[in-house]
Amino acid sequence: MVTLLNVDDVRHVLELVKDPEIPVLSVADLGIIRRIEYAGDRLQVVITPTYSGCPATEVIETDIATMLKLHGITDFDVVTEISPAWTTDWITADGRRKLEEYGIAPPERKSKGALLGFETVTCPQCKSTDTRVVSQFGSTACKAQYKCNDCLEPFDYFKCV
Amino acid sequence: MTNQEMLFEYLLRLGDNSLILGQRLAEWCGHAPILEEDLALTNIGLDLIGQSRMLLSYAGEVEGKGRDEDRLAFHRDTQAWRNLLLLEQPNGDFAKTMARQFFFDVFQYLQYEALSSSKDERVAGIAAKSLKEITYHRRHSSDWVIRLGDGTEESHEKMQTALNELWGFVPEMFDMDAVDEAMVADGIGVDVASLRPAWDAQVNAVLAEATLKRPDVSWSVRGSRDGKHSEHLGYILAEMQFLQHAYPDAKW
Repeated sequence: MVTLLNVDDVRHVLELVKDPEIPVLSVADLGIIRRIEYAGDRLQVVITPTYSGCPATEVIETDIATMLKLHGITDFDVVTEISPAWTTDWITADGRRKLEEYGIAPPERKSKGALLGFETVTCPQCKSTDTRVVSQFGSTACKAQYKCNDCLEPFDYFKCV
Repeated sequence: MTNQEMLFEYLLRLGDNSLILGQRLAEWCGHAPILEEDLALTNIGLDLIGQSRMLLSYAGEVEGKGRDEDRLAFHRDTQAWRNLLLLEQPNGDFAKTMARQFFFDVFQYLQYEALSSSKDERVAGIAAKSLKEITYHRRHSSDWVIRLGDGTEESHEKMQTALNELWGFVPEMFDMDAVDEAMVADGIGVDVASLRPAWDAQVNAVLAEATLKRPDVSWSVRGSRDGKHSEHLGYILAEMQFLQHAYPDAKW
């Protein structure tokens, strides 16, 4: 007789799964876990992709499956749902703090206004708001390249979507 | 055609647009004029390929003949492709790539904005998700058209030449055929012809800021909805499909 982990325990297990591109963030921090639920004895983890073409999405699915198996869960599905579309507003407060400590400026909330352009981005190093965009596209789809006009450090900015 | 066949056809058009342009942009990898643009073009390409995966997967399910996204991407010959002729045109110089991208970004934004309220929930979901990405694509290409147009004499001339060379591919984007009409009637698709005034307004505004002239060319070509393509598509497919043809169903 196998004891099923309850949903809260599963949530803790998933906090061990990190984003392969930004390893300080867990999938929970990123806000890509939509639901954790049981259909009878079968666990369902419903996740959302970030960007349509993000190569990390499939790695994350595999990593979630591996982590569940490591914790003795064998009867599960990892399901992807795209609607409603993921937004950077779902990154948790904890996630935002970790991003900044890692040297990536977290998205300026709210996504609605930012998508239209003109956000003020704070330098994660010296906290100056006198920064400029170098390129709207960075090392991954979710990041832009910025430079601080005060401390002169270049840095990544996690774009609002 | 049955409704199901028409939806399949419609999804192919959307998915093929994204895939072929994504493939074209991938050709810039390692070749862009500056590192930032190498990253930008390939990131945009990746977004487009991601969109096409969702659309072609859905197309395969609608068709119901067991073809998945890979089957549709790697095992169709030129005449079975439905991407707009504009998108298969060679990259040319950086200005030409930007002109192609700008024309399509403005179009795709309007198209996907409308598709976001499609009665087909799957289409609406894909469109709403992609629209966020397209917002950044459009900003990027508009910025470059302005920068090159309002830049040096040489960059201005190259940008204007690029616009002129591709202008004849613009009308095809706004064509409506029986499939488009049926999809509009079902509340699934978009009346692309009705998007032309908004497209013109956005394009004119950017061209004005860029000190560029709206091209005045008398020719236009069309045919992609019937599988009639320029010679360039065959070369794209030869490269893109090589591995799956040489090693069918290869996995890694």
